[in-house]
Amino acid sequence: MIYSVIGYYSLILGLCFSLILIFFSVRNFNNSKLLDPKILSFTFLQFFFVVISFLSLVLSFVFSDFSNETVFNNSHTTKPLFYKIAGTWGNHEGSLLLWLFVLTLFIFIFLLRSKSQPTKYKILTLVFQQIIIIGFFIFLIKTSNPFNFLFPTPEEGLGLNPILQDPALAIHPPILYLGYVGSSIIFSSALSATSLNLITKTWASHIKKWVLISWIFLTLGILLGSIWAYYELGWGGFWFWDPVENVSLMPWLALTTLLHCILVLEKKLILTSWVIILSIATFTLSMCGTFLVRSGILNSVHTFANDPERGLFILIFLFSLIFLSLFIFFFFYKANKDTPTSFFWLSKEAAIIINNWFMMYFLSVVLIGTVYPIFLDVLSSQKISVGPPFYHKLIIPIIIPFLLMMAIGPKLKWIKSNLEDKIYLFILLVISTLLSFLIVKNFDTNLLVNTILVSSALYLFLITLRDFFIKKYNNISQNIAHFGFSLLILSILLNNFFSTEIITNLKVGETFETENTKIIFEDISQKKEKNYQLITGKFIIQNPGGKIDNLSPELRIYNQPNIVTSEADIKTTIIADKFIVINLVQNQEYFNVRYQVKPFMIWIWLSVLLISFGGLTSLIKKKHEK
Amino acid sequence: MKNKLSSILITFAFVFVFVLFYKGLKNTNIYTPEKKINNVVPLFTVDLFSTGKKVNSIELFSAEKFYLLNIWSSWCVPCRQEHPLLMYLSKNKIVEIIGLNYKDKKINAQSFLDELGNPYKNIIFDKEGIYAIEWGAYGVPETYLIHNGVIIKKYIGPLNEELIKEIKSLIK
Repeated sequence: MIYSVIGYYSLILGLCFSLILIFFSVRNFNNSKLLDPKILSFTFLQFFFVVISFLSLVLSFVFSDFSNETVFNNSHTTKPLFYKIAGTWGNHEGSLLLWLFVLTLFIFIFLLRSKSQPTKYKILTLVFQQIIIIGFFIFLIKTSNPFNFLFPTPEEGLGLNPILQDPALAIHPPILYLGYVGSSIIFSSALSATSLNLITKTWASHIKKWVLISWIFLTLGILLGSIWAYYELGWGGFWFWDPVENVSLMPWLALTTLLHCILVLEKKLILTSWVIILSIATFTLSMCGTFLVRSGILNSVHTFANDPERGLFILIFLFSLIFLSLFIFFFFYKANKDTPTSFFWLSKEAAIIINNWFMMYFLSVVLIGTVYPIFLDVLSSQKISVGPPFYHKLIIPIIIPFLLMMAIGPKLKWIKSNLEDKIYLFILLVISTLLSFLIVKNFDTNLLVNTILVSSALYLFLITLRDFFIKKYNNISQNIAHFGFSLLILSILLNNFFSTEIITNLKVGETFETENTKIIFEDISQKKEKNYQLITGKFIIQNPGGKIDNLSPELRIYNQPNIVTSEADIKTTIIADKFIVINLVQNQEYFNVRYQVKPFMIWIWLSVLLISFGGLTSLIKKKHEK
Repeated sequence: MKNKLSSILITFAFVFVFVLFYKGLKNTNIYTPEKKINNVVPLFTVDLFSTGKKVNSIELFSAEKFYLLNIWSSWCVPCRQEHPLLMYLSKNKIVEIIGLNYKDKKINAQSFLDELGNPYKNIIFDKEGIYAIEWGAYGVPETYLIHNGVIIKKYIGPLNEELIKEIKSLIK
């Protein structure tokens, strides 16, 4: 009870500080050459109050204070402490408070870390950031107050959706939000630099840190979500092209493109309009994601609270930000006329621009696939859903030239390049084509298409691998990230070719046998856990080589709310994952058993880690040089 | 001048998107089965499960009688639940059932049928899940009642005794 009061009024105070900050910023902007020290203190105070508010909510969850509506809806006394805390952001209201928390934290760090930047630029960035912050404050207080009272106080809460009670998912939202909100700093900073005509090499190297940080967190956040989907949803896949996954992929694509442009802008003063538009796009896509997910305009496997009033607010807020940035871009942006814009077609600049267009293509495919069903519904009342075949058909052919470009592009020089002493590029292409032909021909898949696909991924793999040994390094981070990407595509492809699956219904004691695998359903046991009933199946798998694996998938029957989840048991080795999951068959003693062998799964995760590690080395190298 | 034009165009594009999203918000997003009914059977060429032969969808539903199209998959648990009802319908020759095997592997689908019986006269093999989209389906199981090549009723989720009664009365 007391926490809710403290939390609520801290929010209001935080909002007041936004207004005070804007007032002081305007005064400071007109009068002084130096940043008013009060501004920094007020920014800190605002952050402080948001922290208080956030902690109050955490404590309400920890102490199971059911007079708070959010706690009542999403928690339960029997829940383990870890998930009580994680439950704070496992719901709509709490996750928005987390957004606000990161927003205020980042702008405070931004002001601390940009001492050497022009004062006007800092102030204007702060103002844009405060506009976003005010939007979120009002949104929270008006439509999604996390501190609503319930009277009389209920005895017990409704419980957190069991599929969210999972370690990966507990940290997935904070990591993802660090990425999303980091992009808000890029957004404000780009708008402010555009208005002051400050888009320069110095600005690029200053904002690069923020781009890298957001990019690393966004990558890791998507990875965590994907790992969770893999073992919790029990379908054995890791990416479903679900709208909610897509909305996190879109900012990532924009941010990755932005990262490449910033790296160019840092060295040569070109691509300025790309940088500005991508900075705007990254953040608006993150916001658009919030809109699509939180408004309930989409139908998705993720069931979030649906409330049209909330949707309307985010929609208006989102488009106000879009129109504000369009206005600033069209009225303040002046293309630099004195910079050399001509470069040879075979040059690093050209390669980056080609890369940009590839990324924009992927982005449009995902965007259209995600919003087209909504548009079609409005325009013609037809209901459709866009599934994986759409994405696969449009993305897979284009990924081939994209991979080749990724291999060759970094080898080119600025302005103009030639192809002398590049014979190894050709030799490696031949080697990778031959190798992939040998791999693919053993399977009854489409030989031509798959050979080309594998060989393009293998090509990038070999070229980046060669660079690790040969290069007089100028860009190790790029090399790591590109190597990781080639590994990712290779693992996904091989995973697709080699995966096998057995689905059957078994009773305890029964055995299912195919030519080379034997599944024995040995035993079943029941156990009472703190907030669920646990059913564990014991399976023995006899593999082709006579090797034996023991796997024990679980069913959890949660009491609050009453939901059955199936926990897959996965045996991971560096070669393959063995994945088994059981389901209840209604009113029968049979269990539905799915057994999958999924090769190279672990490499998919490792390669994404490697990609973000590439970003991290770039960040560290930057600091090291200074 | 060019810049001005493009700025106006882009602004209008965004206004248009805003309006669409706004209207989308007002729309209910609960799929109502009535929406897709009274549509003609979608036209496409499909692979048959048993023979791998290509058939035109119109041919499958050509005769002037009632058909049931049932979308199913071996990995779908509710499909097992409704399967005995489909068996009952086909054994008693109440209605001709066409299956649409959705995103499945042939071996698994075959063992599903071997285990529980095959109520289908023909099965469309939809490995990629493309034809199901043509039907406006968004999950398994789903069942369509078709008469004279027109979809007259759509059932989402597993069939139950009550729906079977309804289907029977509709056919009469």
